[in-house]
Amino acid sequence: MRVLWRLIRRDLTLVFRSGTDAGAALAFFVVTVTLFPFGIGPEPEILGRVAAGLIWVSALLATLLSMERLFQADYEDGTLDQLLLAGVSAEAIAMAKIAAHWLVTGLPLLIVAPVMAALIQLPAGAYGVMIASLALGTPVLSLIGGIGAALILGARRGGALLALLVLPLFVPPLIFAVGAIDAAALGLSPRPSLLFLAGLLAAALPFAPVAAAAAIRQVLD
Amino acid sequence: MTILSAEKIACQRAGRLVFRDVSLRLNAGGAIVVVGRNGAGKSSLLRLLAGLLKPLMGSVRAEPSPDDKRRMFGYVGHHDAVKPTLTALENLVFWAGLADRREARARAELALEAFDISQLADLPGRILSAGQKRRLSLGRLLVAPARIWLLDEPSVALDREGVRRLEGEIGRHQAAGGGVVVATHQDLTIAGAETLDLEHHRPGRRTAGG
Repeated sequence: MRVLWRLIRRDLTLVFRSGTDAGAALAFFVVTVTLFPFGIGPEPEILGRVAAGLIWVSALLATLLSMERLFQADYEDGTLDQLLLAGVSAEAIAMAKIAAHWLVTGLPLLIVAPVMAALIQLPAGAYGVMIASLALGTPVLSLIGGIGAALILGARRGGALLALLVLPLFVPPLIFAVGAIDAAALGLSPRPSLLFLAGLLAAALPFAPVAAAAAIRQVLD
Repeated sequence: MTILSAEKIACQRAGRLVFRDVSLRLNAGGAIVVVGRNGAGKSSLLRLLAGLLKPLMGSVRAEPSPDDKRRMFGYVGHHDAVKPTLTALENLVFWAGLADRREARARAELALEAFDISQLADLPGRILSAGQKRRLSLGRLLVAPARIWLLDEPSVALDREGVRRLEGEIGRHQAAGGGVVVATHQDLTIAGAETLDLEHHRPGRRTAGG
């Protein structure tokens, strides 16, 4: 636990020092959502109907954008070797990097999402559920993305490959998250969809770091 | 007392056999200098010994010692693992704290001192020269004590004074019962060093003595 926390703190320091990565994902999210009213037109009814999907697809792409280099820098500069020799397990490294990634991209998305939702006329009754879906769903995105980021380590043009690998896996959380928000907007119970999202999180939380760790070990050998 | 031994190991990289039938035995306080032309597999051998690579054949055995609290391997490779946005001191404090949280900062400062880079403590990693980064990387060996040092061309980019400090630290490490395996092209003065020439282990050749 102590090691995990140390790694997360180091990652957060690195991100805040360089500043760009985390800011870029958030800016991407804000800009993408802002584009839709221009593309679709400002009618509140039409926008309101698709708002949940817009928020979620934008969040998903923003997560993906910041994912590519998750392990890359540590791999290239030899930090991964040093961590493994220091007795840190590949699983702990993967978990720490994924957790740090969520803290600098998922969490800020959660905070600005209500503002963006207001901009695209999300129905008033759906805000709470939207926050809940993002709180449960963005960690799933970071976890799944972490597997992809580990798999593309050392590959050239990894970004496109990452999108191909990971986007299909983002479909289930997308479906249940949007389903929950739509249900709330229509006055139905969002509970079943949210429970499915929570289930996805419960499955991804132990599985993703193990899968990512296996991929990391594969690359180093 | 043997602390590290390898038995007839062979190494394959990208489908090509790099070396075979390499056996070695490293004693506490001992040193092995690995030599060989470029591409002979010196770096691969060190990574194999560290357990970062798996041998194609043969086995590597590091003997654990119950009364030695140090970790097994300290490794300095081609990559310095120096973070460009952290200062020199912060870089070392991280590794010191990972090994042992007590007085991590004090130990990091001592390591900077040992390689004469105390004056760089507050400079970010990205503006350090190659030689300064190398010194910082060597400092990691001191903040995270290990029984066996695996040094891959440790003197590259070091000036003469830096090499002397490195030799001094290696000597101190040997005196403390540690072992060293160094891959190098340069003549380093290391007490009691045996030489392992990978030329004798090229695939397609008769092995030494065989």
